[in-house]
Amino acid sequence: MRIACPLCGERDLREFTYKGAALALAYPSEAASAQEWDDYLHNRDNPAGPTRELWYHGSGCTSWLVVTRNTVTHEILAVELAENAEEASA
Amino acid sequence: MIDLKAKSACEGLLPIEIGGVKLSEVAPAEMTLIAPYRGKEAALAKAFGGRWPAAGETASVEGGVLVWFGRAQAMLIGTAAPTTLAKFAAVTEQSDAWARVLLEGAGARDVLARLTPLDIRDTAFAVGQTARTELFHMQVSITRVSKDAWQIIGFRSMAGTLVHDLQRAMKGVAARAI
Repeated sequence: MRIACPLCGERDLREFTYKGAALALAYPSEAASAQEWDDYLHNRDNPAGPTRELWYHGSGCTSWLVVTRNTVTHEILAVELAENAEEASA
Repeated sequence: MIDLKAKSACEGLLPIEIGGVKLSEVAPAEMTLIAPYRGKEAALAKAFGGRWPAAGETASVEGGVLVWFGRAQAMLIGTAAPTTLAKFAAVTEQSDAWARVLLEGAGARDVLARLTPLDIRDTAFAVGQTARTELFHMQVSITRVSKDAWQIIGFRSMAGTLVHDLQRAMKGVAARAI
């Protein structure tokens, strides 16, 4: 598997670390209910198909990336810098 | 009074030469990491006469060179950073923090190819280009300084590992030579 880092170009998987659903970028507001925080912290969908996830290019440019990956085929559909990613709940 | 002995990162380890490939330590020079604050990138580039390196590039500046060193940062090597840069960027003096070695020779690329997943063919990695990538299991900065010479910057605390990994690969390549 290879990921095309927006800064470094296409790189081998070994340079990256998987973090989790990109949902982590979507903080609930301070006034959010306990239920909303519970969802944010613990509850994730587990779709068969395209998902948006956070990857860390730790052995490269040290960017956080939002990678759109098909969990069925492992196909990488899109990669963007997390700093540029729109609120990632999709 | 304590008498501290100055030692370079790879003292006692380098230089070595195996199979026509040479690994040597680059003479210590000032190294300063410069990371522009958000929104100050243009002002910082202006301070360097517009010569701020894009991702994967190096830029020569007065007295030294700017090596792209990861997202939103570059390492100034060879000259001190003007204090006026502090307005635009986080500026950190790191001269003692890195081990800087030069791998050179006709087989240098074959040695590197054993250690890094980076595409280092001429078409993908020309002279003057740089990358942060893996060398065996360690994150390094690799810059192609000439056709057959590559500068590798690794953590000073891991200098022994850096030399060891490169030496093993050099032996491996030499053993395959006809």
